[in-house]
Amino acid sequence: MTPSFLLTFALLVPFGAALVAALLPQNARNAEAWLAGTTAVAGLGIMIYLFPQVANGSVVRQEIAWIPALGLNIILRLDGFAWLFGVLITGVGLLVVLYARYYMSPKDPVPRFFAFFLAFMGSMLGLVMSGNIIQLVIFWELTSLTSFLLIGYWFHLAQARDGARMALTVTGLGGLGLLIGMLIIGQMVGSYDLDVVLDSGDLIREHPLYLPALLLVLLGALTKSAQFPFHFWLPHAMAAPTPVSAYLHSATMVKAGVFLLVRFWPVMAGTDAWFWIVTCAGMATLIFGAYAAIFQTDLKGLLAYSTISHLGLITTLLGMSTPLATVAAIFHIANHATFKASLFMAAGIIDHEIGTRDIRKLSGLFRFMPFTATLAMVASAAMAGVPLLNGFLSKEMFFAEVAERDANPFVNLALPIGATIASMFAVVYSLRFVHGVFFGPKPEGLEKVPHEPPALMRRPIEILVLLCLVVGVIPGITIAPYLAAAVVSVTGPDTPYYSLSVWHGWNLALAMSGVALVGGVLLYWALYGYLAQGVDGPPLIRQLQGKRIFERIMLTITSKWARRLEARFGTRRLQPQLFLLFLLAVALPASLLMSRLGGINLSFAGFDPVFALLWAIGIVCAVAAAQQAKFHRLVALILLGGTGIVTCITFVWFSAPDLAITQLLVEIVTTVLILLGLRWLPKRVEDLSDEAQVLKARIRRYRDLVLAGLAGVGMTVVAYAVMTRQIPEGISEYFLENAYKLGGGTNVVNVMLVDFRAFDTLGEITVLGIVALTVFAVLRRFRPASESIAKPEQQRIQAEFDDRAPERSQGDTVSEYLLIPSVIMNWMFPVIIVLAVHLFLRGHDQPGGGFAAGIVMSIGFILQYMAGGTRWVEDRLRILPVRWIGSGLLLALLVGVAAQFVGYPFMTTAFQYAEIPWIGRVPMASALIFDLGVFSLVVGATVLILIALAHQSVRSPKAARHAAPIKQAEVSPDAPVESR
Amino acid sequence: MELILAIGIGVLTSCGVYLMLRPRTFQVIIGLSLLSYAVNLFIFAMGRLKTGAAPVTASGAIDPTQFTDPVPQALVLTAIVIGFAMTALFLVVMLAARGVTGTDHVDGREQR
Repeated sequence: MTPSFLLTFALLVPFGAALVAALLPQNARNAEAWLAGTTAVAGLGIMIYLFPQVANGSVVRQEIAWIPALGLNIILRLDGFAWLFGVLITGVGLLVVLYARYYMSPKDPVPRFFAFFLAFMGSMLGLVMSGNIIQLVIFWELTSLTSFLLIGYWFHLAQARDGARMALTVTGLGGLGLLIGMLIIGQMVGSYDLDVVLDSGDLIREHPLYLPALLLVLLGALTKSAQFPFHFWLPHAMAAPTPVSAYLHSATMVKAGVFLLVRFWPVMAGTDAWFWIVTCAGMATLIFGAYAAIFQTDLKGLLAYSTISHLGLITTLLGMSTPLATVAAIFHIANHATFKASLFMAAGIIDHEIGTRDIRKLSGLFRFMPFTATLAMVASAAMAGVPLLNGFLSKEMFFAEVAERDANPFVNLALPIGATIASMFAVVYSLRFVHGVFFGPKPEGLEKVPHEPPALMRRPIEILVLLCLVVGVIPGITIAPYLAAAVVSVTGPDTPYYSLSVWHGWNLALAMSGVALVGGVLLYWALYGYLAQGVDGPPLIRQLQGKRIFERIMLTITSKWARRLEARFGTRRLQPQLFLLFLLAVALPASLLMSRLGGINLSFAGFDPVFALLWAIGIVCAVAAAQQAKFHRLVALILLGGTGIVTCITFVWFSAPDLAITQLLVEIVTTVLILLGLRWLPKRVEDLSDEAQVLKARIRRYRDLVLAGLAGVGMTVVAYAVMTRQIPEGISEYFLENAYKLGGGTNVVNVMLVDFRAFDTLGEITVLGIVALTVFAVLRRFRPASESIAKPEQQRIQAEFDDRAPERSQGDTVSEYLLIPSVIMNWMFPVIIVLAVHLFLRGHDQPGGGFAAGIVMSIGFILQYMAGGTRWVEDRLRILPVRWIGSGLLLALLVGVAAQFVGYPFMTTAFQYAEIPWIGRVPMASALIFDLGVFSLVVGATVLILIALAHQSVRSPKAARHAAPIKQAEVSPDAPVESR
Repeated sequence: MELILAIGIGVLTSCGVYLMLRPRTFQVIIGLSLLSYAVNLFIFAMGRLKTGAAPVTASGAIDPTQFTDPVPQALVLTAIVIGFAMTALFLVVMLAARGVTGTDHVDGREQR
């Protein structure tokens, strides 16, 4: 396998394993641990195998085309520094998996834990191996997301939810800044390839956009690595299970920020802006974190603030911009990961075995768990910077760097003094951790009797502590080659000489270490009394709570501002919204077209007085309908029909017989439909009592009238302008010429619908079917307004008449009503069916087709309902509209799919003529079957809509109140006949 | 002819827009119908007006200039059917809303 392929493998395996992990059963702790462990071992193995390739500063690259048009490729890239992180991610990952196997309780849903855990491992590997800076941001955000999921793992705890949300908000904000920063850098350099970016240091530093890019990148780095003032999310992230804290929030994810600083150190560092921002943020974090850590009562809180402080140390080193400081920073990244991960695990063991992590309740545990205690003590010593441990080495390098003489008084005085004080604090909190937990009197009031954890649970800590020791005593043999590879890939081939030896002679750095150690012990002794009181939180700055400030900001943004915005710009009223929409629809085209419309030649050629009269009627109908729609609904509906007829005749006039047929039929159905609906609308009487209201309404009407007039004028102008212009070359000729040749029909419109554009038609009938089902569903739960439940006036009068006459019973008048038209309608049924069949069959060659035939058929059904009443029809006829809809859709779809079976694209049709005896040559196009589907669906949909609405009158008022589902158009014998 | 149809389209649009801005649901449904007439006629008119030239061809070779444009017709045919579906759905929603809210105001409550 080639090295570059191995990179892809290393990246994909954790994500694949995450998927598998998610699918394992709830209690498969061992299987999950084996899976995750194997994944980590595979990653670690690949890293070890690849070390020779990156040892001398060279780079392993793998490029996969992603969006070549934008110059974006997925690039996996491993150099010495990425390799160091790769080993940390897989190595610490492996140890944490082993630890987590014992830490997680059998009751916890482990698949979720390990799935997120492995997804995080993959994201983090992707982040450090990214050779494309946009890709880097994507993996960066993935680590934020998986971190969010892992912090919120025990989501039944409010603390976990809040901590997860806060971490995601803060790091997500930084990630957004980072993305913009990366886009700016990409624009500066002209490429998103990391190698190109790394070669363009001078270009970037001298670019006018350097400062914004730097600020945005730093926003990302400082939020992720919990640097002041964004540090506050990390202590709250401790609500996560301890393996997560050990892995993400001390060893790997929080290091992503400093990883980014190191990655961009060659191209962005060295300027004043970099020095001041990064160093100051780092120094403030270093001192603040250490100070706050002393006064934590929660073991994990202490470790979290200590992590913040150590990250500050690394940031300070990177801010100083010298190659030697960067060496120290990289070294400390590795060292911190080893001792802090082991301390977190130790804290987790204490929590696990004793049931509390509160320092105030813990003491004297050394006698119960001597091994764990010893391991924790060694790791704490490394944290405090005690000689012969790895922490001492990098801290010594840190001291040597800050002690460098410089012309700047801040650098000369503040840095070394601040560094010494912070180290003193580090000694104090390390002492508090060790002394407070493991020494002193026996603990009291504990729930469990403390004892050593299972040996395998302790093993990861042993390995890490052993590493602390080995690196601390013989750094030259153990860490040197790996560190050298990492350093060379950052600082370049001319890296200055640095020494890793334990003893550098009597110098200032050693003196500072000495002062810090001795001072720290003395300070702990001095503070002992105060600490013993067990007051939580650091004195002097207790009021400075990041969480409270964060919450206040979030509340302002998400609640106060959102509300204010909604109050100012939002409305629940439809009319103003529609008014604005129409205004925009008028104003926008007007402003665009006004200048380009050119001259309009008014011509009265071909003026036909009959057509003018026709449209005079149409216009009068439309205006009258608009005027009557409020108080006289039936009149408005009839007038609307008048306009519809005029439209229909216009279609006939201008050579569109298909449209005319369809328009006429739809007109009928729509009118019947709205007639059925009228019964459920309230009676409206004009109320002129409130003069102010009347005036207001009148003003509003005039305003709307002006807008409507403008819209009308606009439509007239545009329509006229287009109609009087030459028609441009289009696709129409193709359809006209090929309708018969390719579609086998002479009615071009129908051939287009069922053949050329059949896929569109399939979509359309699907919509029609969905609408019909929706109408049916909405009406199932229909509750009429209480004032509409009573019988209509006419029916009451008829009933009274029946009651008065002795020889009549109720319902007689209804059944005798319009008797002759009823009989005609009954007898028309077969005629209408023949008409539908006729329209359907001739549709391919002559005006007609599935749509028209379908509506005709449904009109046939509706006429029966009108003539005989609901009950009469349903006693004699079983219509199952839903089946019509379903079979129609299926038929249309099958025709389309059938084409695929014989090797043509979806919806291809075939045709030929068949000789049928007596009838002659009949076109047999497969499109006809498709049209049959259309027909069936249109019948079903139309009938379903109309019948569902008609049934509302049949339902008794009581049934309506209880919202009983209406029966589909099947026999409902107990329903009284009311509507005719 | 073009002018008459253009004016007709304009008037239908005006009536439709005016009604859609009214507060009662029934007014809106009538307005929507008028507006869809106008829009259908407008799309149809985009294929230019020809009399006696229905797009029904013969089985042999044909001269495309003798027929009117079938594309707008196919579009409008679809639009008519979808318009029916829209009217039906709107009508039913309007009735249901009237039942639930007790008013036929478009906002579901009387505006004062």
